[in-house]
Amino acid sequence: MASLFATTRELGGIAIVDLSGRISLGDGSALLRKTVRDLLDEGRTKIILNLGDVNYIDSSGIGELVSGFTAVRNRGGELKLLNLTKKVNDLLQLTKLFTVFEVHNDESGAVRSFR
Amino acid sequence: MAPETKHLEVTLDTHVESVNLAEEMCVRVAEAAGFNEDECYRIGMSVREGVINAFHYGNQEKPEKKIHLAIELTGERMVIRVMDEGKGFRLNDVPDPLAEENLLSTSGRGIFLMKAFMDEFDVLPGRTGGAELVMAKRLPLLGSTSNNGNGNTGSSDAAPHQEA
Repeated sequence: MASLFATTRELGGIAIVDLSGRISLGDGSALLRKTVRDLLDEGRTKIILNLGDVNYIDSSGIGELVSGFTAVRNRGGELKLLNLTKKVNDLLQLTKLFTVFEVHNDESGAVRSFR
Repeated sequence: MAPETKHLEVTLDTHVESVNLAEEMCVRVAEAAGFNEDECYRIGMSVREGVINAFHYGNQEKPEKKIHLAIELTGERMVIRVMDEGKGFRLNDVPDPLAEENLLSTSGRGIFLMKAFMDEFDVLPGRTGGAELVMAKRLPLLGSTSNNGNGNTGSSDAAPHQEA
């Protein structure tokens, strides 16, 4: 079963993490945790998680998203979500996390929102 | 004549891979039973959450303990049971993940998702000493209007009875 892949790039001082695959118990959640932690260790606290190619998140993955959100906020930064697939969108609605995360549908708008 | 009941039971190790295995197994059974892609996703997710619960909370990730998975196809429903070898818990004691104070919790959404995605859900004292999670979904041909899997928070009245 496919796991998660993450690639980080930078645009205008914002770290954009392109994720693809599954954020689920095991390798997927662990990679997301490490990716966000590494960015924070580098002092990068403006982060966008591009979930456009994430087709599956379980409760462990949801927990990891929340954990990342809190960790970034505790460093005075912001973690925002970009390009949710329908399944992920529905899950965030169901769990009321849409009221917690700032969600964007286009990358330039997401980047501009940090200024 | 009553339709034949099909029954499948497996014992899984307390290991992360068991979560994927259980999900795949149940999705295949659900596909064969005629559930559509969305319903298979919901069933798979529910089983996954049930086995995560058994792996993490029930068996506390102790490798010497086992997870017992049973799938039953009756003429009307697909019934899935996930049993652990932990101490058991009561459904009423599980915090509401939608409560304001729990929204930023990093755990505690599995039970909520199972309730939301299945037609019936309950937690019983398990035959193996721990908790027995029982979840069911009506088969597509008989449950046409209420078979969307969303918004149903489950009911102990509707849950299947524990086997003797």
